[in-house]
Amino acid sequence: MSIEPRPSGRVVVTGIGAITPLGTGIEKTWPRLLAGENAIDNITIMDVSDYATRFAGEVRDFNAEDWLDKKDARRIDRFISYGVAASRMALDDSGFPLNEDTAEWVGALVGSGVGGHNVLAEQARRLFEGGPSKVSPFFVPYIIPDMASGMISITLGLKGPSTCIVTACATGTDAIGDAYHIVKRGDAIAMLAGGTEAAINELGMAGFCSARAMSTRNDDPTHASRPFDNDRDGFVMGEGSGVLMLEDYDHAIARGAKIYGEVVGYGFTSDAHHITAPHPEGEGAVRAMKNSLKRAGITVEQIDYINAHGTSTGLNDKGETAAIKKVFGEQAYKVPISSTKSMIGHTLGATGALEAIFCLLAMRDSIIPPTINYEFPDPDCDLDYVPNVARKAEINYTLSNSFGFGGHNATLVLKKL
Amino acid sequence: MDRNEVFEKVKKVTIEQLGVKEGEVNESSSFTEDLGADSLDVVELVMALEDEFGADIPDDDVQNLKTVGNVVDYLAK
Repeated sequence: MSIEPRPSGRVVVTGIGAITPLGTGIEKTWPRLLAGENAIDNITIMDVSDYATRFAGEVRDFNAEDWLDKKDARRIDRFISYGVAASRMALDDSGFPLNEDTAEWVGALVGSGVGGHNVLAEQARRLFEGGPSKVSPFFVPYIIPDMASGMISITLGLKGPSTCIVTACATGTDAIGDAYHIVKRGDAIAMLAGGTEAAINELGMAGFCSARAMSTRNDDPTHASRPFDNDRDGFVMGEGSGVLMLEDYDHAIARGAKIYGEVVGYGFTSDAHHITAPHPEGEGAVRAMKNSLKRAGITVEQIDYINAHGTSTGLNDKGETAAIKKVFGEQAYKVPISSTKSMIGHTLGATGALEAIFCLLAMRDSIIPPTINYEFPDPDCDLDYVPNVARKAEINYTLSNSFGFGGHNATLVLKKL
Repeated sequence: MDRNEVFEKVKKVTIEQLGVKEGEVNESSSFTEDLGADSLDVVELVMALEDEFGADIPDDDVQNLKTVGNVVDYLAK
């Protein structure tokens, strides 16, 4: 029996999946995040002796063979494996009845900020050492960022929309925003949406080191990711994937699905300013937040928690704080704000999706994860960053920011049902 | 290198490249029909064999290498 989407115009989250440096799976990550545990450590998967930054948040308990066939698991870029695994978790968690009739209305939109750097670096080495005939036929399919969505669709048998968003560190948030619109207008009944990243490799680390964007606190990595703290010296690389099952509200209700929350507002803008630096006053960030609130039809007083982009770079933390003040006014001093990057590092294209998941879990469990490593107040960052310890709170609406190289700003507002 | 040595090496590379079990690989195994390889898998397998044996296997020869035994014969020459 063929079916057609009958969009209700409302989109809810019915499943979540996550792979983070704190562990593979929500059940490993979330309690450790609330406990304020730190996942940043010396890099073990590559030789870092010549690198300015020698630590990161590595995923250490992931086995690709648990999620892919042996042949793919061996050769595929890690960013794709993480995306497939997190998607499988989100689909299983949702209990969505995937079958011959429904499959053509379920899709994948799991983006990546930088794509397959691991395969890219290895194949470039083969090219320069052995010539063009030594480059693998899998070079192209495994470096293109859309292959996460491609492999997710192939592995899970999803026949609906399969696309990809690439907006650097705003990717995860933009992917959810775009998938939200896809479901809302009825191009799909459900979408697996989010981000995936695996940039802890020779090329990725070298590039970000040269950009002078990362912390070089090599003698004390566990205290290196310190968003909003005056003693910060750059972001800390993380890796992993976050995927959400977005589903039409009526469809979810009709099948009695567990609902984590509703996507009610998405704003996305551009700074039109600089390739890597955010606008100093967060001009584009201000508009992204305002637009998301307007779409949600709520006031700033209704936001109970902000999951900040909070990268632990001076430019981001000061600019984002200024932007929050501009949007929230006096309320900026009352709303709790935290950066979960303090514990898992910056997972680039995955970060927005992981943070959306943390917002949903914060609403479910009525608790706000902390900003750890907060010791020395920055005079320019004088808001409530939920320092060091998780905090109980009734949370009905959350706002989450993501900003990316290229001047991308994306904000998502989620609501508890 | 004697023929058996070549076979053992080809078998090792095949198992690793195609993610198949040791028992599935014998001289008569066809890469595409028996071991699940598609055209891209075959290209990559040949590259891995070139690396392993320090050999150069031209494309024109690859089309004649359908089975594990074909490859062993070719490389043992």
